[in-house]
Amino acid sequence: MAQTSTVIPEALLKHEASLLSDWVAKQGKTGPELHKAAREFLGAFREGAQSGSLDSIDGAAWEHAREVLTDFSIEQSRQGVSAVEVATFILSLKEPLFALLQRLYSQQPEIVAREVWNATRAIDQFALHTTSVALKTREELIARQQSEMLELSTPVVKLWDGVLALPLIGTLDSERTQVVMENLLEEIVRSGAGVAIIDITGVPTVDTLVAQHLLKTVAAARLMGAECIISGIRPQIAATIVHLGVDLGDVTTKATLADAFRIALYRNGLQVTARAARNGGAPEPARG
Amino acid sequence: MAWSETLPLRSSEDVVTVRQRVRMAADREGFRLVDQTKIVTAASEIARNTVIYGGGGSATIEGVEKNGRRGVRITFEDNGPGIADIELAMKDGWTSGAGLGLGLSGAKRLSNEFEIVSAPGKGTRVTLTRWR
Repeated sequence: MAQTSTVIPEALLKHEASLLSDWVAKQGKTGPELHKAAREFLGAFREGAQSGSLDSIDGAAWEHAREVLTDFSIEQSRQGVSAVEVATFILSLKEPLFALLQRLYSQQPEIVAREVWNATRAIDQFALHTTSVALKTREELIARQQSEMLELSTPVVKLWDGVLALPLIGTLDSERTQVVMENLLEEIVRSGAGVAIIDITGVPTVDTLVAQHLLKTVAAARLMGAECIISGIRPQIAATIVHLGVDLGDVTTKATLADAFRIALYRNGLQVTARAARNGGAPEPARG
Repeated sequence: MAWSETLPLRSSEDVVTVRQRVRMAADREGFRLVDQTKIVTAASEIARNTVIYGGGGSATIEGVEKNGRRGVRITFEDNGPGIADIELAMKDGWTSGAGLGLGLSGAKRLSNEFEIVSAPGKGTRVTLTRWR
């Protein structure tokens, strides 16, 4: 595209300070970061307009200006500022810039018209640029959080010799479930535990898919010689499971993890009793 | 006050979102925890069917009122292959996939009103309503 002759670099060079203060004044909020970004962008915008074309901000001439906005946009998005607000920052340059052009070329309306159009094209493109950067930053953040959620480890914990527990938390129909259940089975093999407690207190919804995952795990554990107890069955979950028609069959279920633990100890030939009060009971276990 | 919202159902993440929105809707309509859990679970079943068997679709959640009773209605729609034999599909334990075969029948038992409209090649529409 042919390069358009423009008076914008000259206008920017001569009136940068006043334009900057007018622009910053347009912002709803101020701060050193915003002021710095505005100052750097105006400088970069002038450089770009001097050596490049206002038709497109893609070229090398605009690299600095794009960088300044990219950094600003990423920084703002990370702080939770919306893409709209970031774009508004750059769009708000129009009013003071147009006013400046109007003032400088009040006798030559054709120049004002041409330059307003030039500036509009460039500024709109920069606004789109900030929006796309802001959205991309946000998407990256969401993607990272999602993968963190997937990796949110659900550890298999040992409660006692031969007694394992798997406290499940959150949604159980994701890929995570498969991994978590396999971990439990591996740990059963590794430790030779005879009882594993799957606690679903932290699982808000138990539907047929969740029930299926649980039943499969129980069946697999049984094949390896371990019995599973499902604990954390709250009243609303119990009522729902019954209506769903899911048959938990001969799986032992308990309302609380404590109840399940008591059963697990019993099956291992153990029981918890209160210390005898007469002689003050057994000494407190040594601290490790 | 009538309200409604339509959510996309394309992936298992969308199923999670639908569950959360239904829970919020049931909470807003003043459902007790047991009833909340029932309608959320029913919605979860049908939402997953929409994704897995219907090839994706949408869920519309709305607050409804009848004879002074308030409730939540969810309409699931897809343009998937449809269901040839609805009676068979509603049977406990029958599945064309790998599930327990309790999703449709279970969802019906968890709802106060249940409607399914489907034909081969015409997609499927399931409407669930639970009153407070």
